[in-house]
Amino acid sequence: MNSSIRKVAAALAVLMLALFVNLNWVQVVKGNSYRDNPQNRRVLLNEYASPRGDITVSGTAVAHSVATKDTLKYLRVYPQGRIYAPVTGFYSLSATPSPYLGTTGIETAENSVLSGDDPKLFGTRLTDLLTGRNPRGGSVELTIDKATQTAAYQSLIQSDNGQPRRGAVVALDPRTGAILAAVSTPSYNPSQLSLHDTAKITQNYDRLKNEKSQPLLNRAFNQLYPPGSTFKVVVAAAALKAGIKPTDQLIAPNGYFPETGKTVSSCGNDHINCIENFDGEQCDNGKTASLAYSLAKSCNTTFAALSVEQLGGQKIAQQASLFGFDPPYANRSNPPNFCGEPRIVMPLPVCNSTPGARVDLTAKGFLARTAFGQQDVRMTPLQGAMIAGAVANDGTLMQPYLVARELAPNLDVLQETQPSQIDQAVDPGLDQDLQSMMEGVVTSPEGTGHPAAIPNVVVGGKTGTADTGRTLKNGQPEPPDAWFIGYAMDNGIPKIAVAVIIENGGVAGNETTGGEAAAPVAKAVMEAYLKGHPS
Amino acid sequence: MTQALKVPTRRNAELLMLIFAVFIVVAAEAAVEAAHDGTISSRLITYAAVPIVIGVITHLVIRKMAPYADPLLLPIAVLLNGLGLVMIHRLDEGLSQQAKDIGESYSDSAPTQVLWTAIGVALFIALIMLIRDHRSLQRYAYTLALIGLIFLLLPAILPARFSEVNGARIWIRVAGFSIQPGEFAKILLTIFGAAYLVAKRDVLALAGRRIGFSLGRRFFGFDLPRGRDFGPLLAAWLVCIAVLVRGHDLGTSLLFFGLFVVLLYVTTERVSWVIIGILLFAAGAYISYQLFGTVQTRVDVWLHLFNPKHVDDGYQLRQSLFGLGTGGIFGAGLGNGHPELVPLPATDFIISSFGEETGLFGVVALLVLYAIFVGRGLAAAIAVRDAFGKLLATGLSFLVALQLFVVISGVTRLLPETGLTTPFLSYGGSSLIGSWVLLALLLRISDAARRPATTPPVRTEAQTAGVGG
Repeated sequence: MNSSIRKVAAALAVLMLALFVNLNWVQVVKGNSYRDNPQNRRVLLNEYASPRGDITVSGTAVAHSVATKDTLKYLRVYPQGRIYAPVTGFYSLSATPSPYLGTTGIETAENSVLSGDDPKLFGTRLTDLLTGRNPRGGSVELTIDKATQTAAYQSLIQSDNGQPRRGAVVALDPRTGAILAAVSTPSYNPSQLSLHDTAKITQNYDRLKNEKSQPLLNRAFNQLYPPGSTFKVVVAAAALKAGIKPTDQLIAPNGYFPETGKTVSSCGNDHINCIENFDGEQCDNGKTASLAYSLAKSCNTTFAALSVEQLGGQKIAQQASLFGFDPPYANRSNPPNFCGEPRIVMPLPVCNSTPGARVDLTAKGFLARTAFGQQDVRMTPLQGAMIAGAVANDGTLMQPYLVARELAPNLDVLQETQPSQIDQAVDPGLDQDLQSMMEGVVTSPEGTGHPAAIPNVVVGGKTGTADTGRTLKNGQPEPPDAWFIGYAMDNGIPKIAVAVIIENGGVAGNETTGGEAAAPVAKAVMEAYLKGHPS
Repeated sequence: MTQALKVPTRRNAELLMLIFAVFIVVAAEAAVEAAHDGTISSRLITYAAVPIVIGVITHLVIRKMAPYADPLLLPIAVLLNGLGLVMIHRLDEGLSQQAKDIGESYSDSAPTQVLWTAIGVALFIALIMLIRDHRSLQRYAYTLALIGLIFLLLPAILPARFSEVNGARIWIRVAGFSIQPGEFAKILLTIFGAAYLVAKRDVLALAGRRIGFSLGRRFFGFDLPRGRDFGPLLAAWLVCIAVLVRGHDLGTSLLFFGLFVVLLYVTTERVSWVIIGILLFAAGAYISYQLFGTVQTRVDVWLHLFNPKHVDDGYQLRQSLFGLGTGGIFGAGLGNGHPELVPLPATDFIISSFGEETGLFGVVALLVLYAIFVGRGLAAAIAVRDAFGKLLATGLSFLVALQLFVVISGVTRLLPETGLTTPFLSYGGSSLIGSWVLLALLLRISDAARRPATTPPVRTEAQTAGVGG
């Protein structure tokens, strides 16, 4: 009998081995996929088991966790959520199977610190484990300036006629790249998406998603607009680099045929082949105008002729690239996904701005319209602020960033962002000329940016009134988008650069309307910052 | 002093191991309380008292009544029982919170399990004291078989309202208590099987026809038993089918049949019985798959667990795998996971609860404990001198091993899930009491195995106790 008992023992050993191998398969090999399965609520319950770290702005929390009495022990709330939504994003029930729920913004980008899972927080976790304290997340201190952000939101959304305006404001410190304000309107309250009731979240989300004004769209970083005349700053920089002086007289006809180079006193009805100034206005004497005058008055024909006859598309593309734009893409009928592989992650991914396709910079008819930021030129509000910032900062383009510091729960600094330079966009000597020209936009008699002027402060800028290319239901073109990019200097020190866009904020065919709509917002933002940061 | 008395009793080794077991249980309970409350509460004393009390009492009884018994079986049982209690207590916390969230009431299982433990240990002591020699059980073989069969078939015969819980008719529910008589039936029928096969051993071992071929002087193949010797095997097979048909209890049915085949094999030492057994099992499995929707569903859930059509009936197994996967290698830590998300986390799926909170390491440690337990049981089977003892010890050890295999392979998706409890660990009176009864028998046999042959059993115990004490 004993030999068969031994064989039974051997057979049982094989069964045990099978269990052992299978346990390894389930817990080790397949472990991660089981853990991350959307039907597995454990990860979610663990995420909500301990307080998530705060997101702070100027010392106050704009996102923090409060204790609750339900299974998910902490609720994420966003005081002043609408103002900070483009930055904080929302933190929603990420483990639910619904496809669209999850986290966005800083909640996503800084998740490891906020949740406490970051390797940098290992020491804290170990201490919490040993002392039996609930593990806590670290906090994230943003570069946003509270007063500036609030001013940007308030002045952007308030219009004269009481209708809330759609648009975005981005402000940054030209010397460091620190983002001081980033708002997008209309906005939403992230607290409504961070509830614990999935049915309510879904309801709120669906309502926001279906709203025509797209409150969930982060216009500051993730929407591309034709920059319109604000792009002339890029062309002006390229012209200076090519040796043209601000005072050099350039041809400035009322009508210009880029294909033939013919200049006329009026385009008449030919708006396809003939370029004219906004509303057919005349620049200076109607024949020639200086570069500085042309920028101040935003003369389309001058910049079109300058680009086609003198600069060529390549120099414009190179200058745009130095300011942070993509190089031209190959196929005009098949543009790449500009939001797919972001060049700037700060740490939120920013859509790439583009000067257009290669043909837009070679074909004369296309190049002429590229010169004043139409055709296929597209830009994010952040990119607009980067251009103004680089000009203000003696031509040096700084890497934009949103996170000042990451802090452990005991407020030890885990990481502090050091400013870094992306490029020397403009030669410092030439940049002086560019600054003077941009300041002329605000101060000279012919300038379009007067509403941005602040007493006793040097303000430079550029207005834009960009055709959207879309038409209204009645077949008429949509009102153009109103742009302003600019900066404020204090005793020669660049303090703040700002970009403002108001969707459909201009009046068709009227260049000054862009400045009239957007420049006061920029002024309010700059004033708010200067007030809090006197030299 | 005779030569025989120099055989060490190894009771002190047992005591040391018991202390170790108590230490592990107390540490586990402390971890649970620290995770849940942040502090260690007075309840720790309650749950530490259980392994200490049962350890001390059973140890003293063994010292007196079965001094040569195996020194590892009891500490492993106390450890498993204690860890099970800790996990059941920990699951009470999770389940009561879960019930509170949906506004339902929940009554704790742990105090009941403490009561079951007490009853199990009492029965264990009674059996150790009553059964001085396991061979005496042979005399009651047919009586025990009758009781076993009644236990086994009663729930299947009773109306569903007395016997059905969660679709399986394996219970007897009387006056607020529910017992699973199959847990006792399997031990009773093991005793009968061992006694019967020892009696019929010579007949069964007789060769029938040879199937195979010879190569030189070696023979390849096996001896086919005589037709009439199939009788007992077929009877066992039919009983298992009956259990399956009426009770929808795949696990018990598989357990019984496997047990009987192994007993037959060990008795006759002939592989032919195993092959015939496997064929019969395959036939039974095929027929039951064809006939019963529950079996088909279980298999289909097993094969297509993540298919949306199994969103409900695959929920439990999916949650079990999620728990095991989330636990990973080291586990979430006792009290830090969410094993309460798996339905029935304290009974059938208690291994998943351990897997989630103690990780692969914890489950493998439990596996090793069971492997040692089974190994010591089989070692006793090999060492004991009488054939009945050998068969009984093999059968009981095999029961533990097969039950463990079936339940763990079920909750880890190695095989379709069949629904069995984990010996000593799971919540449930019948299972726990049955496990203590099984332990009493195994200890009795192991005592006989190591006891010096020259002295009569009862006097030896008295002498040793006197000398050792």
